[in-house]
Amino acid sequence: MRADLALIYDWVPQGARVLDLGCGDGTLLAALSSQKQVTGYGLEIDSDGISRCLEKGVDVIEQDLDQGLANIPDDTFDLVIMTQALQVLRRPDLMLDEMLRVANECIIAFPNFAWWRHRLSLGLKGRMPVSRSLPHAWYDTPNIHLSTFRDFADLCRMQGHTITDSAVGNGSKEGQWRHRRWPNLLGQDAIFRVRR
Amino acid sequence: MPETLSSSSVGLVTPQVARFDTPLPLACGRELPDFELVYETYGTLNETASNAVLICHALSGHHHAAGYHHVDDRKPGWWDAHIGPGKSIDTRRFFVVAVNNLGGCHGSTGPSSENPATGRIWGPDFPLMTVTDWVNSQAMLADRLGIQRFAAVVGGSLGGMQVLQWAMSLPERVANAAVIAATPRLSAQNIAFNEVARQAIRSDPEFFDGWYTEHQTLPKQGLRLARMVGHITYLSEHSMGARFGRDLRTDSLNYGYDVEFEVESYLRYQGDTFSTRFDANTYLLMTKALDYFDPAGEHDDDLPRALSTATCRFLVVSFTTDWRFAPARSRELVDALLRAGKHVSYANIDSPHGHDAFLLPNERYEAVLGGFMTRIANDVKRTAGNIS
Repeated sequence: MRADLALIYDWVPQGARVLDLGCGDGTLLAALSSQKQVTGYGLEIDSDGISRCLEKGVDVIEQDLDQGLANIPDDTFDLVIMTQALQVLRRPDLMLDEMLRVANECIIAFPNFAWWRHRLSLGLKGRMPVSRSLPHAWYDTPNIHLSTFRDFADLCRMQGHTITDSAVGNGSKEGQWRHRRWPNLLGQDAIFRVRR
Repeated sequence: MPETLSSSSVGLVTPQVARFDTPLPLACGRELPDFELVYETYGTLNETASNAVLICHALSGHHHAAGYHHVDDRKPGWWDAHIGPGKSIDTRRFFVVAVNNLGGCHGSTGPSSENPATGRIWGPDFPLMTVTDWVNSQAMLADRLGIQRFAAVVGGSLGGMQVLQWAMSLPERVANAAVIAATPRLSAQNIAFNEVARQAIRSDPEFFDGWYTEHQTLPKQGLRLARMVGHITYLSEHSMGARFGRDLRTDSLNYGYDVEFEVESYLRYQGDTFSTRFDANTYLLMTKALDYFDPAGEHDDDLPRALSTATCRFLVVSFTTDWRFAPARSRELVDALLRAGKHVSYANIDSPHGHDAFLLPNERYEAVLGGFMTRIANDVKRTAGNIS
């Protein structure tokens, strides 16, 4: 399992009702359901991801996150998870509120634009950064709302939500995730745990 | 049938008949004293009878879902694209049962059968069937075949409504349910199209209030018009445009009412072949069963409550250009299942073919239905392994 997913896996309580936004091939939900008796659904629009979920027995619903979560009543879930999708949404701020409407808690993972290598690329080379976490060129990237560890923390505060935990690390490597110093500078990916 | 049969075909199949002498009580308050169901099976039932899949058919469908009846058959069964060795519903792993519904005109007891009380054919006296009646009769067939619980019940359009009804009224007998190109209830527009079809048939002078057989005739004109109207709703504007456009049959306009446009010719052909192949009373009855289906209506318009009894895992599939039962209708069902806390997956398949898409091959459709069925086959295997 990807390191960011492994960390999220640890954070999910036993038996929780979970909604996974952009669940991909359902790896996380499949592990949570078989080992932690978690129930819930994944939302996905990628057709291969949907088929893989079906093969794994993960309940997956084809739904575009930019259409919102209006079809889901308040407090349907205990927890909403969203990994690597925040930055592609048209309105991440509205989605954050929506996530904390359908559940009391959410976990959000996204690439940290203020990671030192990203800063070097823009600050010294004067070019848009391209990295493992931001692999696209500026002209074809789906990432339209890049943010930093600090930016996201500010958004949560501004919208009146409480950050209960956060971590940074390198999403592709195991065992790299920790609550380190200067997360905004040293973390390539950020994960936040947020409550209403 | 092609000279060399593909390894993904179930090959030659023979329909079978099950006769039931116990009366079947119907939703309309009447009962069928006895009846016959004609059905086909593909694949082999395993020792624990845990690998059975029931296929429910749509308005003009029947029990012949896959394979060929005769070596000189031009076309295979109506869902051959999805049933066979290595196909979405893999007959190497599943025992597939396809049945002609009561009231049909392909062998099961229906308006063209003899009414034991009168010795005449049933004709218009045949009781109106509901989706629930069909499910109850299909369950009797399952008993006869020794199937206590279906690994999956699968159907498109009106077939999808039967799948829903199975899940709601016999939850202990359904492990998984695939509801394809269906709707939890018909819209006013859907009912309006059905009513035009019915009026076309009923106003045909050869209809004789449904006693056309006794008058040795057929309401061909009516049935033809009904099919033409219906057929328009099965295709999308795009698929009709792509296939026919404004193409003419002749070199130039002839300023008359004979066939000029290709699309006219196509509709007339569809109507003509249908008008002698299908029974008018059956068509009327099937459209009524569609109109009546409304599980939410029986629960104060509360669809999640109607679905609350279901315990199976659902797959809901819609097609982007289907305007008869549009993707939004499937979304209503998915949202209701989600609200009811049921296991549900949903895919909206990109296809230009409108409602008919559920019958056709489509790579993504096959990956979705195939993925769902693969998981079920693995579940069946695991459970069977635990028992032995």
